Amino acid sequence: MDKVISIEGVSFAYDHRPVLSDINLTVEPKDYMAVVGPNGGGKTTLLRLILGSLKAERGKVRVFGLPPAKARHMVGYVPQHGVFDPDFPVSALEVVLMGRLERRAFFPRYKREDYAAAQEAMGLLGVDNLGEYRYGDLSGGQKQRVLIARALVAKPKLLILDEPTASVDSRVEQDVYELLSRLNEEITILIVSHDLGFVSAYVNKVACLNQWLAVHKTEEITSEVLAGLYRSSVEMIQHRCAL
Amino acid sequence: MGEFFQALQQFSFMQNAVAAGILASLASGIIGTYVVVKRITFISGGIAHAVLGGMGVAYYLGADPLHGAIAAAVFSALLMGFVNLRAKQHEDTIMGALWAVGMAVGIIFMSLTPGYNVDLMSFLFGNILMVTDPVLRILLILDAAILLIVAVFYRQFMAVVFDEEQARLRGLPVDFLYMLLLCLIALTVVILMKIVGLILVIALLTLPAAIAGLYTSKLSRMMVAASLLSLGFTLAGLIASYHFNLPAGAVIVVLTGLGYLIALVAKRVHTHLLRRQSQSSVGVEQ
Repeated sequence: MDKVISIEGVSFAYDHRPVLSDINLTVEPKDYMAVVGPNGGGKTTLLRLILGSLKAERGKVRVFGLPPAKARHMVGYVPQHGVFDPDFPVSALEVVLMGRLERRAFFPRYKREDYAAAQEAMGLLGVDNLGEYRYGDLSGGQKQRVLIARALVAKPKLLILDEPTASVDSRVEQDVYELLSRLNEEITILIVSHDLGFVSAYVNKVACLNQWLAVHKTEEITSEVLAGLYRSSVEMIQHRCAL
Repeated sequence: MGEFFQALQQFSFMQNAVAAGILASLASGIIGTYVVVKRITFISGGIAHAVLGGMGVAYYLGADPLHGAIAAAVFSALLMGFVNLRAKQHEDTIMGALWAVGMAVGIIFMSLTPGYNVDLMSFLFGNILMVTDPVLRILLILDAAILLIVAVFYRQFMAVVFDEEQARLRGLPVDFLYMLLLCLIALTVVILMKIVGLILVIALLTLPAAIAGLYTSKLSRMMVAASLLSLGFTLAGLIASYHFNLPAGAVIVVLTGLGYLIALVAKRVHTHLLRRQSQSSVGVEQ
């Protein structure tokens, strides 16, 4: 079967400061992979390369066998919820509907299928009653779920989430990971996180990134591996659904 | 007030003034909303002042200064769009340069033009009472163009302004849309110039939308509210200036500014009262 993501020998530097060095990464269909590492280790850059907003200076990036820019319609992306202007006059439903936009979207009205897809996605995330609220007025957890719904409405085959549970309480965090596990039956999932803790219970592969990349099956992750990654003594907290 | 309505019935210049006010309010409400929400007030100011350059050159060449204004406005918009895409780190400085140099070029060319230049003042501070029928026709066409383009690209503009990254991911032509929006701002600046003049365009472009933004939570409603507010301030200013024999443009801007101040204070008080109410009914929470 075709690989979902294929990254070969990729290096990237910002103004001569190396951020990624000789990265090789393969994501297979139906993988549920976490990319972890310290801040500044290149996780955001890696995401940008996969999404096509950055181009690698060296090496090859392919998504579903295509250059990233051509595969965008099959990818759903969930950014961190805090990057938007909290005063922006847009409702939660309108944010989700934006996930259905395309080049030929003219005039203000969405189609019936768009509303149906938005309703379905919001229902899945448990935010379907929040549609008319202003997006900026929602809590962090609600905003994050709205953004996940937005990424799902176009029925992507690959879902990429950037720190989806930063500033979200653990109850919501668990719900989100459970939901992603269910979605994983159909969709390949890539989560970027700076914290391995909770997510390790759900993913099947972990990519450790700090300018260099090493991929492990989740069982193989030990405190030594993590210490090496973070270059200091690290305590790995193991949650076991005790909430 | 009575004299104003008498004048309205009798004089075509007053009818034209009101018509120009209505057209300007539509543009300022709709486009002003984008300017406020995307926080590009500075760029709009730069375009406004650069317009004088185009008008100066047009004057010198013996052409219609309004055409020069439109050309200069669109040119500035495209220039700023280009800078935003290719040289973002210099955007602020280039904006300032465009602002000042544009005006300077205009003044130089006007001084080179033989003849009496009473129009410089009216371009700088507006001449709503001197709107001729041909000018009104041009304003109508500009308004129609703005309304049509905003209607067609409504969802795409909203996506680009709210979350550019996501818009790009959905395949929207983000760069083109941003340039188009700047051009619409340019056209709006030219329309508003007639009412309040170049120097004061910023006020009418941003303040009604800013007031609307305090009390609405949907983009479309913000646009409607901003247009109505703009119309209210323009007509009130027109009536007041007629009554007290003061320059219309300046009175409109002062009223708009006062309106904004009152709206801000009212909003603060409103929020404060709501907070006190919820605290007293629930009890202070730990």
